[in-house]
Amino acid sequence: MKIDLTVNGEKRDADVWAGESLLYTLREQLGLPGSKNACEQGECGSCSVLLDGKLVCACLVLAAQADGHEVVTVEGLGEEGELHRVQEAFAETGAVQCGFCTPGLIVATVALLEEKPDPTDDEVREALSGNLCRCTGYAKIFDAVRTAAAAGAETSAGAETDAGAGGEAAENGASY
Amino acid sequence: MSTPTPETAQAPARKLEIGRVGESARRVDAIPKVAGEFAYASDLFAAEMLWGHTVRSPHAHALIRAIDTSKALGMPGVHAVLTHEDVPGAKRYGLEFQDQPVLAFERVRYYGEPVAIVAAEHPEQARRAAEAVHVEYEELDPITDPATAPDREAIHPEAWTQGHGYRDDPRPNVVRSIVIRHGDPDAQGDVSVEGTYELGIQDQAFLGPESGLAVPDGEGGVDIYVATQWLHVDRDQVAPCLGLTPNRVRIHLAGVGGAFGGREDLSMQIHGAMLALHTNRPVKFVYNREESFVGHIHRHPARIWMEHRGNRDGKLVAVHAKILLDGGAYASSSTAVTSNAASFACGPYAVPNAHIEAECMYTNNPPCGAMRGFGSVQSCFAHEAQMDKLADALGIGRIDFRERNALGPGDVLPTGQIVTGSFPVADVIKRCAEIPIPEPEELPRDPIRLPGGAGNTTRGEGVRRGVGFAVGFKNICYSEGFDDFCAARVRLFADADGELVAEVYSAAAEVGQGVVNVMAQVARTELDIENVVVAPHSTDAVASAGSSSASRQTWMTAGAVQLACQEVRSELARRGGKLELGDEIDAERVYRHARTFPLDPDTGQVVGGDKAHVAFACSAMRVVAEVDVELGLTRVVWIGTAQDVGRAINPQAVYGQIEGGTAQGLGLALMEEIQTKDGLITNASFTDYLIPTALDMPPVVSELVEDPEPDAPYGAKGVGEPPTVVSTAAIVAALRAGTGRDLTRVPVRPDEIVGL
Repeated sequence: MKIDLTVNGEKRDADVWAGESLLYTLREQLGLPGSKNACEQGECGSCSVLLDGKLVCACLVLAAQADGHEVVTVEGLGEEGELHRVQEAFAETGAVQCGFCTPGLIVATVALLEEKPDPTDDEVREALSGNLCRCTGYAKIFDAVRTAAAAGAETSAGAETDAGAGGEAAENGASY
Repeated sequence: MSTPTPETAQAPARKLEIGRVGESARRVDAIPKVAGEFAYASDLFAAEMLWGHTVRSPHAHALIRAIDTSKALGMPGVHAVLTHEDVPGAKRYGLEFQDQPVLAFERVRYYGEPVAIVAAEHPEQARRAAEAVHVEYEELDPITDPATAPDREAIHPEAWTQGHGYRDDPRPNVVRSIVIRHGDPDAQGDVSVEGTYELGIQDQAFLGPESGLAVPDGEGGVDIYVATQWLHVDRDQVAPCLGLTPNRVRIHLAGVGGAFGGREDLSMQIHGAMLALHTNRPVKFVYNREESFVGHIHRHPARIWMEHRGNRDGKLVAVHAKILLDGGAYASSSTAVTSNAASFACGPYAVPNAHIEAECMYTNNPPCGAMRGFGSVQSCFAHEAQMDKLADALGIGRIDFRERNALGPGDVLPTGQIVTGSFPVADVIKRCAEIPIPEPEELPRDPIRLPGGAGNTTRGEGVRRGVGFAVGFKNICYSEGFDDFCAARVRLFADADGELVAEVYSAAAEVGQGVVNVMAQVARTELDIENVVVAPHSTDAVASAGSSSASRQTWMTAGAVQLACQEVRSELARRGGKLELGDEIDAERVYRHARTFPLDPDTGQVVGGDKAHVAFACSAMRVVAEVDVELGLTRVVWIGTAQDVGRAINPQAVYGQIEGGTAQGLGLALMEEIQTKDGLITNASFTDYLIPTALDMPPVVSELVEDPEPDAPYGAKGVGEPPTVVSTAAIVAALRAGTGRDLTRVPVRPDEIVGL
């Protein structure tokens, strides 16, 4: 069957079979292998994407269900030629080792910070507990989330003259 | 000869932005990895590519009566179905012993063993065709108990591992047996304690499944793009099975999604190449998670008995140990794991007298081989429980007792090797003990910070706190006379602006540990230039770098890149310190560490020289845990650790290795176990095989103890394994303190905490 969807802001279409997952369509048909295929059972979060702004495992969404909807993958997070602040933070803090879980964790972090710009440590741990990482032990991933939250607070402080959030995020970091 | 290159086979050559030796540097590959642009083995694509799939044995032990591929061959999109009859060269391969069939013939020896391979246009067609391959089996009684395996019929009548200089042990199914006799094992102490300890099968559970792409070169040779740990030894195993000379098989490193030992053995390499050469089309394999669990070797499960004797003056007198490892159906690296388990059975302590026996058996259980910690994890779990028991029996503080007996330079190991160089065991103990422990957190509190977590199982009524301490150590580099070396090549040229640029070539497998940064940071330091590019890793461009395992790759690659850079620097000086556009200097150099020697097969003593192991690294860890003694649930609250790292080349990466290695030890302590029934794996998924999540990991406070190793380039030791060796032992010590129970088996189950 033919589906039409918006991926990373672009109108795309694909010819999919009934059992095809959105993950397969993204990776093998639309040339977007950034979303990873680590378990294909919704257990590891490596294939996390945003479907109409909501965090989902692309392996558990049928391609057909995405017909007419909007998908954002790790490849579509940053503005034109620039990394998203969450991507920058993962690179700088050492949150990346083998990096296989990284795209999913970055998408999950973007979703978290969208909902809670200044999450507590417990909120971060709970929000990311659906994304498995085998290399890092998560410590540097938590650093990355705090760094990205602080960067986001700075940006919004510039826009809205609200400097409080950045200070709190840094404090969370110190207490951890 | 032109080789078709897959469109995304390698990440583009990368320019380092920051970092010299000793500086925390951003990973060379961080940007493509966070952007989703880094090409892992499962992301590869080539025009006209077919998809491979493996037909696997549903039995742990069976005779193969017949294989009928006709139905599968007639299915839509199917281009090939191959069996053992189609293997062009040697029918068997193996990392150390060629005991494993490329595709099973006559019999299958473990659940999931490859029997046939399929190539089709679409992965779903390949899967369905694989299901349609009919294999007629005659089931045999599987051997699943390593303790009685020597009383059973031989799984491998050829006894592949015998006659290689190991102890002569004619019993069937013995992979290797070792006896180490040191001093006077009959020496008695004031006090003696004993215990029996067990460890389940742990899986590496790397997130990137086994994957690769084989591309025929049109002239009978093949290029294989694969996630692996040692390109050249893959090539040397693949080529004979394809009936090709090694130069016609080129192995290129594709992006590796974690390894931890699980990619030392081959997975799809020969299968992909066979299908590619047969169909003359590129063939890609991507294992699914279930296949990944059955498709690679695991950490050896173990049963360990130990007796420790000590005196009231606080000194260890003697250690007796019997270690039984289950090697599963094929040898893999079991002989070396067995040796490690025996060599490090006493822990990093000065033990004047010892009698250690270790043996590993062939069974029809899942094959076991290398996993981070490699034999030391198993022994450390046992010897640290014993050290606590003996300290208690002697009425001496547990940390104090360890410090009093800490090994150091000049002390003798049970194998007769005298410790030389850097080995600061007492320092790591002291430094770890000085890290302040957090105060108990008051109740009530958010359930997410209680055992049971978001399950909201308790308000804390049955929660007890315990603190545990452990020390562990492991060898760095290959041992026992292995002829180890590492090559690197550096090419220096001037770019269009007249700036010097160095390209570093190495076949070292970047598996996530950051060896690409070691290469770049060493080259920048040695050449004192900014522009360093790490070239793609391939058997085509440079000689072997050896394996990314045994905590050896940082040491060895740093040595090789340093030597190549020194040669380039000298040549540059001869040319007046300048290169014109079009000029270049190209140097390849080989680094070797100090020679090691084998163990005497009957006494376990080093023979022919002074050392069996190149160097050692140690680590101490303190753990605060909470246990719900009514519900059997646990929560690790806090971990503090001090690790002997020699010298940190990239401190940020070293901390990352310690945190990640600790997490894998936590997994073995609390949740990770491959479960089998009659040899069949029953939990091959992330639903049923649990690994630590963000909610399971506590904060880890790490102290780097930098006592540079005099023999190592920059003094740097490998850092990946010690945290995994020590953390299982330290965590269970904390659970024992919290529950007051023995907890002799890992992973610790809720019923054991409750005492059911």
